[in-house]
Amino acid sequence: MATPGICDSANLNGGQKLAVKYFTVAITLFGAQVLFGLMAGLQYLMPDFLYGVLDFSVNRMVHINALVVWMLYGFLGSVYWLLEEESQHEIVGLKLGNLIFWVLTAAVTVVVLVYLLVQVGPGKESSLWLINEGREYIEAPRWADIGIVVSVLVVFYNVAATFAKGRYTGIAGVLVLDMLALFGIYLAGMFYTTNISIDQYWWWWVIHLWVEATWEVMVACIMAYGLMKVLGVRRKIVETWLYIEVALMFGSGILGLGHHYFWIGTPEYWFSIGGFFSALEPIPLVAMVVHAVFDAGARHAKNSNHPTMAWLIAHAFGNFFGAGVWGFMHTLPQINLYTHGTQWSASHGHLAFFGAYATIIIAMFYLAVQKWRGDVWMSGDLPGNGWKWKWALGLLNLGMVGMTISMLVSGYVQSQIERAIEGSSWIGYFAAQAHPWFTQGMWWRELFGVMFTVGFVLLVWDLMTIGRGEKRTLVPATSET
Amino acid sequence: MATNQWWASESFWRKTAIWVTGGSFVVLMLLTMDTISQISVGTTRVPAYSVINHRIEYKFDEQRRVQVPVIGVKEPLFGKELNEEEAEALVKLGKLTTQAKNCMNCHTLLGNGAYYAPDLTKSWLDQYWGTSEIREVQMVEFIKDPSDKLHNSMGRRMPKLGITDEEARGVVAFLKWMSSIDTNGFPYNFKSIEQEN
Repeated sequence: MATPGICDSANLNGGQKLAVKYFTVAITLFGAQVLFGLMAGLQYLMPDFLYGVLDFSVNRMVHINALVVWMLYGFLGSVYWLLEEESQHEIVGLKLGNLIFWVLTAAVTVVVLVYLLVQVGPGKESSLWLINEGREYIEAPRWADIGIVVSVLVVFYNVAATFAKGRYTGIAGVLVLDMLALFGIYLAGMFYTTNISIDQYWWWWVIHLWVEATWEVMVACIMAYGLMKVLGVRRKIVETWLYIEVALMFGSGILGLGHHYFWIGTPEYWFSIGGFFSALEPIPLVAMVVHAVFDAGARHAKNSNHPTMAWLIAHAFGNFFGAGVWGFMHTLPQINLYTHGTQWSASHGHLAFFGAYATIIIAMFYLAVQKWRGDVWMSGDLPGNGWKWKWALGLLNLGMVGMTISMLVSGYVQSQIERAIEGSSWIGYFAAQAHPWFTQGMWWRELFGVMFTVGFVLLVWDLMTIGRGEKRTLVPATSET
Repeated sequence: MATNQWWASESFWRKTAIWVTGGSFVVLMLLTMDTISQISVGTTRVPAYSVINHRIEYKFDEQRRVQVPVIGVKEPLFGKELNEEEAEALVKLGKLTTQAKNCMNCHTLLGNGAYYAPDLTKSWLDQYWGTSEIREVQMVEFIKDPSDKLHNSMGRRMPKLGITDEEARGVVAFLKWMSSIDTNGFPYNFKSIEQEN
């Protein structure tokens, strides 16, 4: 055993060494997301800022693509992190896993450089293959799509084959099927059609079924592992909860897809199906809050990693409010007619992605740092009373809530002025955008964005320093009797 | 707490999870097959590309209580009537251009995309273009180089994206065709350009 308090890869198993690489790229892209978000937000206030150099469309594309990719890296890293411990077996294709990591990372770098330097192409299919597919969230050119599919397939193989050779737990079963769905659904977004209704029909399969179904189940698996790890909750309890969450999540989420099929040319029966099932979508998220908070309370919050536990609780609430409440708020067609395609969606998107996914990946970062430094102490009585992680937690969460509320205020103005009064025309759109209430919202969004950025810098600083030189080792969370 | 209740058992919830997931997916597949057949090009919801040869209006439907597209008299785009293949080729060029130029990261199409610029669903019918006589020329010129055209009082402008004349005509054809899609009344309360003559 190496000296505690020093980052030493001898403290990690093979999968965890690979996970650290995934996490490093993830947090780098998280930084890119924040930076490009700030620039795009600033363009609402100063339209000439970088006009013709890095236009809003470019900044916004990098902002949301960095989001998707850093979260994907966070998930793949988390899966590699827990794989050997969970299966009690060495990863079968670790070399291949490492190779694919470098290939994927090289591909991501090229894609971002092309986004920034080439930006747009002529109206030909070759542009979609080489530069930009022009479809929100899945802008990555087709060649990169193929790379992403191959990469996810390799991770799927590693997960399935390692569990098959080792211990096949309940978490394993859910994870293997979820990885398969993650791979399969992405294929639905990999074709061109001129018919925009069909285009958006399948496009939503990727966006919704990834984000609101397979990703949610992915974090449920990570949560199950995390609670066993830091609180020592019994496996039988977390796995039973996991099945309940899968049933509720897929039971509401798969047909909840219908809430995206109100206005794209699709038949009217989607009003009832989408409205009903998406109204059910918050239920599994409530279940997850109950689960996490109950377990923490039952253990009197005595846990082996305070930052991780704090971010897991932030995840439970963020997921419920961001994905659940903010989504439900405008999901019924009677309301959605006035909110679809306004800042309401941006408000929901921000709180949901952060609350549901950023939080739990950050929780995994802290778990990784702890082990990397040799299972050091990360409970109470940290140097400086752990001010860095606490301030990072506070600033990131407050910054995000502030941005969310600001955009919601601007969204109200849009629904009222652009939609209800002015009739959704170009004039109506700009009447709302120029209204002081709208622009105030945009100013507050930018200010809270700066607060969020400060929190991010603090988070990175903390992750690099927490546990450094710590001589105490953790007291493992033990199973309650 | 008793843990041997059926409702608290692991196996009960595992089976429930499998059946609920499988069942939902089967229902989604059946609905998908039905929906795809209703939104294929050439249906009442999504008209054939040659609809660009006609006037398109967006009128209130008393029965459905929302506005719906109405296909009117012959009014060929750019004054030239196209057959089905020619119309499809032109709309396809337009759709490819909207993707290659990343329109969706400022605008929304059918309400989906980014929120920095107006929704394009019914942009063909927008009053901004003045009158229906000068609309086509206005749109082509605007798309080719919007940087010096009037936008709004805020200084927010569309950049010049290197769109050729042919591509701009394709985009206009695509926008005209898109305005004929039955979107269940979205956008609501839309005020159209004057098209009577």
